[in-house]
Amino acid sequence: MQVPILKQGAYLIATVQSALTDEDLKQLRDALVGQVSKVRARGVIVDVTALDVIDSFATRTLRDVAHMIRLRGAETVIVGIQPEVAFSMVKLGLTLAGVSTSLDLEEGLAYLNRKG
Amino acid sequence: MGSALIGDEIRVSIDCDAAIVTARQKGRALASQCGFPSTDLAVIATAISELARNIVRYAVHGEIILRLLDDNGKRGVEVVAVDEGPGIPDLALAMQDGYSTSGGLGLGLPGTRRLMDEFEIVSDFGKGTTVTVRRWKR
Amino acid sequence: MSNTQELATATEARLETTASRLRELVSHLRQQRAQLREEWARLITEAKLLTAMTKEEIFAEATSVYDNYVEALETGTYEALQAYARNLSERVIPRGVETHEVVGIVLLLRDVLARSLFAKYREDFNKLNRILDAYEPAANRIAATVAVGFVQERERIIREQQEAIRELSTPVLQVRERLLILPIIGVIDPQRARQLTEQLLRGIRTNRAKVVVLDITGVPYIDSPVANHLVQTVEAARLLGAIVIVTGLSPEIAQTLVNIGVDLGKMNTVGDLQGGIEEAERLLGYKVVPVSETAAQPA
Ligand SMILES: Nc1ncnc2c1ncn2[C@@H]1O[C@H](COP(=O)(O)OP(=O)(O)O)[C@@H](O)[C@H]1O
Ligand SMILES: [Mg+2]
Repeated sequence: MQVPILKQGAYLIATVQSALTDEDLKQLRDALVGQVSKVRARGVIVDVTALDVIDSFATRTLRDVAHMIRLRGAETVIVGIQPEVAFSMVKLGLTLAGVSTSLDLEEGLAYLNRKG
Repeated sequence: MGSALIGDEIRVSIDCDAAIVTARQKGRALASQCGFPSTDLAVIATAISELARNIVRYAVHGEIILRLLDDNGKRGVEVVAVDEGPGIPDLALAMQDGYSTSGGLGLGLPGTRRLMDEFEIVSDFGKGTTVTVRRWKR
Repeated sequence: MSNTQELATATEARLETTASRLRELVSHLRQQRAQLREEWARLITEAKLLTAMTKEEIFAEATSVYDNYVEALETGTYEALQAYARNLSERVIPRGVETHEVVGIVLLLRDVLARSLFAKYREDFNKLNRILDAYEPAANRIAATVAVGFVQERERIIREQQEAIRELSTPVLQVRERLLILPIIGVIDPQRARQLTEQLLRGIRTNRAKVVVLDITGVPYIDSPVANHLVQTVEAARLLGAIVIVTGLSPEIAQTLVNIGVDLGKMNTVGDLQGGIEEAERLLGYKVVPVSETAAQPA
């Protein structure tokens, strides 16, 4: 399951379409990190609205994405985490510390724009 | 008093990444059919995901067994994760937040215990691991 | 020796014929249906049971209960009766029918039927005894089935009502665009805590809220599991992209949070609700104009 990555202005937008295997997640991570330097993006949005589970592996991969992208001088926002998913995540002990989150794509874009 | 099994159990063989997704989707469908609210569906699916991943990662293959339970009118879902892998030498350590032998977050086992209402783990070093968890409908 | 033998034979005979006696009994109860049902409905009214229901309603229910009762005697299975008892309870509980009334009417029926058996077998005392031996355990089981069905249904309804009350007791108020306020009053037990979390997280999504003020001025104390739950809720809200400001934290609750290892410095806390709303508006980018300043401005 490939996750499409679109370039919109200075931003890259990855929209998850359906459940992802660990392998899919790793591919997404590598693709984003690779592209962010190539297109000199200033921000990355990962839209996870379609995910009904974000477990420890997914959280860790998303966190890695954000950290690696920061090292390349860009900012990452995770958008669209569902209420039930968020609740399960914190119960499990996952906090996505140090990673920005927004309600949805629109909010994520507004957040990146504010950051300038 | 024991609880009765409703309907047939579902067995998902766990031997690769994709099976983790299959197992949690089947678990979610079963719980949904039993009328669990959506918050619980996410909780159950997340727990299954963690247990199934541990099988793939540490035991290579094993099985996830899903059951619907009835305990005097109280409905529940039971998830059993069984493998014949290497087992866990120190259970107390493995149950600690942040402990991982694979560079993971070390939250799978302790987190699953927090997510579910009941949690039992049996592991024989060298023989395998069985984790049984249950969540009851409120 | 001969005594033992007699006993053994008697037991065997009993086992063999329980079924046939129940059959005989059932056919008697079917024949007498109209009359016994009438008698029973009269006794119910006399005993001032089911006062919330009209005579016609009582008679209609009496008919159904009677038929279900006889059927349970005949088949020896209780599922249909159980289902009927649930259904009956569901209908009559909202009208204020009490547990003792339901148990009362079933016991009355048991006695009406027993009395009709006395009358029928009055001439043959031994036969009467054998018939009653078959009847009594079945009748008791029926009474228990109906009573348990009623109590379970009642508990279910009470649970539902509690749920509804809890929902009302945690209002989610949108005070302006992107800003929610949850004023919580009273003790937060684990179930209410769970509900609070769900309402808060759903509220964030449906209202597209950016900031939530969780006002716990009206909460006397919380225990550590609930404190943990609150902290997790604040974290979950952040995952949705919202900021939670907690206001009205009493020194006791602050201490509970510190005890479970919460770094209060990392949590957004503001003394009172008013201050919380001001902070929220600042975060949302509104300019807060002090009341005095507004008043001073020319109209
Ligand atoms: N099924 C299993 N078989 C063998 N070892 C296991 C199994 N499940 C867990 N473990 C051990 O317990 C540790 C903790 O597991 P967990 O809490 O899921 O964290 P993580 O998977 O992130 O390491 C693992 O690192 C591993 O050493
Ligand atoms: Mg794990």
